[in-house]
Amino acid sequence: MDILAIFFLVTGLIFFTGGAIGIIRMPDFYSRLHPAGKLDTLGIFAMVLGLIFYSLHHFSMDTLISILKMLLIVFFVFLSSPTATHSIVDAGMRAGLRHWTKKKRR
Amino acid sequence: MSTFFLCTALFLCFLMLASLYRAIFGPTVLDRLVGVNAIGSKTVILLLLIGFLYGRVEMFIDIALAYAFLNFITVLAASRYFHKRKGLYEESFLE
Amino acid sequence: MTISKDNGPEGKKSLLSNFFKSCIPFSLTFILMFGLWIVLSGKFDPLLISLGLISSFLISFFFYDLLFPDFTFNYFAICIRFIQYIPWLLWEIIKANFHLLFIVFHPRLKDLIDPHIIVFKTNLKTDISITTMANSITLTPGTITVSANSDGIFRVHAIDKASAEALPGKMLDKVTKVFGEEK
Repeated sequence: MDILAIFFLVTGLIFFTGGAIGIIRMPDFYSRLHPAGKLDTLGIFAMVLGLIFYSLHHFSMDTLISILKMLLIVFFVFLSSPTATHSIVDAGMRAGLRHWTKKKRR
Repeated sequence: MSTFFLCTALFLCFLMLASLYRAIFGPTVLDRLVGVNAIGSKTVILLLLIGFLYGRVEMFIDIALAYAFLNFITVLAASRYFHKRKGLYEESFLE
Repeated sequence: MTISKDNGPEGKKSLLSNFFKSCIPFSLTFILMFGLWIVLSGKFDPLLISLGLISSFLISFFFYDLLFPDFTFNYFAICIRFIQYIPWLLWEIIKANFHLLFIVFHPRLKDLIDPHIIVFKTNLKTDISITTMANSITLTPGTITVSANSDGIFRVHAIDKASAEALPGKMLDKVTKVFGEEK
């Protein structure tokens, strides 16, 4: 069980690292949203899965309720993260930001 | 196992610093919003890890849940607020 | 004309049928709210349980038509098909996430990406199917829904060519099948 927990935690950390580095390296605001909105979502999913596997050690009523709460967090994040991303994109579109395109170099 | 949790939490803090770079130096306002959103989604996991470190998961999990809700509402409200600012970002795209 | 025709016979027994029609969404909302109360409180005192019963009864009494606007038994079938849709979506998310991870860690990032906006039209009608489609597009990395209106026209910001080409095909079929709408 510990091995599964460590595996999922490390996977989530890799996703989070990709998200943070993508936010820094991407050239413009629209493409920054791609790593920010979604690598973080899957990172939260993987890390919460790891924590659930860790807390399955001694099973009781309290752990069952905390596992249900963690699943509630995952459900809410999966519902709210696309909405937040879409809201930010909408704000950018209405403000008239142009998106970054590849420049022709010759 | 507790040292592993501690290392994970420290690494998460480092990643939050990396996203803080975008939140401070971002060229437009919406870039800062993206950075703040990324920090908030890492904070949820950090709160859960702190709960496991202190052995009081059932208390910290409520705080994490409330923080997830609050993060979502913050991003929604801020992006709604910047809807009506037309032409606010033009100077950053002059290059 | 048709409206007045429909109104005539329904006017008499509207009270009784309305009661039965609102009974099922009321009880569903009540069960949902009370389950949420138990999960969030986590204690089983008689006082807390009775407080939860009272508050969830009040909420479902006032807002029973908010969660399930026009209830039909079709909802259960949609629910079952939606649960079957979730593992495919999850697998798709994981596959596409690794693709985005490869892009982010690539040293020549600006040569690899090619952001552009694509527009396509679908035949989705109801609000919930359009919302599900838009959220699925956004959750699949490489694509973000910029705008989606009630005519079923989607504008999508894609980060490179590969993720833009895969877009309207299979996911649209799946969502259309889940909500039982015609293509």
